[in-house]
Amino acid sequence: MTEHANHQNGVEPATFAFAPDYLRQAEQFIAKYPPGRQASAVMPLLDLAQRQHGWLPRAAIDTVASMLEMPPIRVQEVATFYSMYVHHPVGEHHVQVCTNLPCWLRGSDEVVRACHDVLGVDPGSTTADGKFTVAEVECAGACVNAPVVQIGDDYYEDLDYETTKKILEALKRGEKPQPGSQTGRQCSCPAGGPTTLKKVAPATGGA
Amino acid sequence: MLSDKDRIFTNLYGFLDRGLAGAQARGDWSNTRELLAKGRDWIIEEMKGSGLRGRGGAGFPTGLKWSFMPKQEAPGRPHYLVINADEGEPGTCKDRDIIRNDPHKLVEGALLASFAMGSHCCYLYIRGEFYREAQALQAAIDEAYAAGLIGRNACGSGWDFDFYIHRGAGAYICGEETALINSIEGRKGQPRLKPPFPAGVGLWGCPTTVNNVESIAVTPEILRRGGAWFAALGRPKNSGIKVFCISGHVNNPCNVEEEMGIPLRELIERHAGGVRGGWDNLLAVIPGGSSVPVLPKEICDHVLMDFDSLRDVRSGLGTAAVIVMDKSTDIVRAIARLSRFYTHESCGQCTPCREGTGWMWRMMERMVTGDADLAEIDVLEEVSRQIEGHTICALGDAAAWPVQGLIRHFRPELERRIKQRQSVRVAAQAA
Repeated sequence: MTEHANHQNGVEPATFAFAPDYLRQAEQFIAKYPPGRQASAVMPLLDLAQRQHGWLPRAAIDTVASMLEMPPIRVQEVATFYSMYVHHPVGEHHVQVCTNLPCWLRGSDEVVRACHDVLGVDPGSTTADGKFTVAEVECAGACVNAPVVQIGDDYYEDLDYETTKKILEALKRGEKPQPGSQTGRQCSCPAGGPTTLKKVAPATGGA
Repeated sequence: MLSDKDRIFTNLYGFLDRGLAGAQARGDWSNTRELLAKGRDWIIEEMKGSGLRGRGGAGFPTGLKWSFMPKQEAPGRPHYLVINADEGEPGTCKDRDIIRNDPHKLVEGALLASFAMGSHCCYLYIRGEFYREAQALQAAIDEAYAAGLIGRNACGSGWDFDFYIHRGAGAYICGEETALINSIEGRKGQPRLKPPFPAGVGLWGCPTTVNNVESIAVTPEILRRGGAWFAALGRPKNSGIKVFCISGHVNNPCNVEEEMGIPLRELIERHAGGVRGGWDNLLAVIPGGSSVPVLPKEICDHVLMDFDSLRDVRSGLGTAAVIVMDKSTDIVRAIARLSRFYTHESCGQCTPCREGTGWMWRMMERMVTGDADLAEIDVLEEVSRQIEGHTICALGDAAAWPVQGLIRHFRPELERRIKQRQSVRVAAQAA
């Protein structure tokens, strides 16, 4: 079950306003729903607010509520129900390690260990410099490419201790590692090449 | 093995152009207007004739579901198609590939399905983590609008059709159709009591049908080739083809499209490179995503992969997500991990699930170390039965079944751990 957000973290801004670019996007989201159903845009607007601010402060919840003419408590309910809304500051790189069964079977413990060794923190913590937050998450939905880590909006797949380490070290240096499979295979194609439609697919499908 | 000419998802891995031109070269959008011209009733009859059963896990016949929608639109009550792309069942990652690599099949299918149900508007609910996938799908939607395939007078058919993406934000429960509807309405994703069913009272109180991504994406090809073609594949009442996800202890984990009813062993050996260490190194398989009971090797030796064959061995096809575990697996810890998952994902609405999932998880953690009484195995079983069937939605059942499967097939292992722990304790006291 979703846990209650802690609003006593001492970093809550007093006010929140969408920047012009985000406001334009918010209006586009509201327009996706029929007139009078603007409450449906609460999830995309909370997401936008989080993208702008880095995490979701209480003031943003109130701003979204007044934009959508919703009671603030209804928006608060939504904001605390869904696990992707974060109610406290997180690092620039939010490293979300899937440890559910398919990832665990293929070595997610090693991925967690690599995070610990490179960043010095365990799931649930942020590095002292505020750059990395490591979290354990439930199934990321990329199980045939397990183990996987989501960093920001990107998935890094087919990981092991060494490749996880490489990715984190690259991020530390300010580089942007290539997302997707780290063994070089194409999406969910079997390593070594496809077993179907071999005539239309390129000969080399994977590592 | 399914022959290549019968495959629907010819770009599952994304080797080919994912855009409109590539999709059209593979046959998508080729005669959509003619299919629409055949009318609503024809489409629904073909879908019924295909024998397609919903690909989201429950296996309800898709054509029949569509026929539950009202024939006429009542004033002020538009019809909606909602596509469920909240893929989060551990083991399952098929919809992701359809969305990112074959998105036009989904967009075309959404138009055909919406038309068949008298809907001018479709919302696709995609899990929030699939941000790149949502971008890929939006690109396909934009292309289809620009080409006049959807939007006003879609494909020149005279039918107006809009397609919107709604992103979730990390709640497994939103894969349940009424929780999903609540989530689109801007509420917490908690399931609704049924009846009323969504076909009567769904999104914003209007007639609504919720279908899985794969069910919608196979629709255009079924209509093009005819329901009889699809029905001839697989086995009676379990017809057609299916995208399987093979994860865990296999040499080459992968997604693959195969015929329904393929033997589990053949599926694993032909496409996933076999079990790590060989077939005899197999311990157990969860054949249909985390919610279905685990099967020990002796059943895996012969079982066929379809709804009825797996039901007959007291498991299920679910989402056809095959999680393979070899003999190195701590099976008790594996199931305990799933219990933790369901505790995390319970929406908190129904007491048996809210309290019971946590109770089962704590109990399972003790079973992992053997810190329990032998009699507690039966207590665990009994509690799982108190949850199963006593909640608004199926999450309670989904939490109970893995535990029940473990007790059914691995009871000696649970007993061994408890006895071992007890003997250690006795020895410590004697010393």
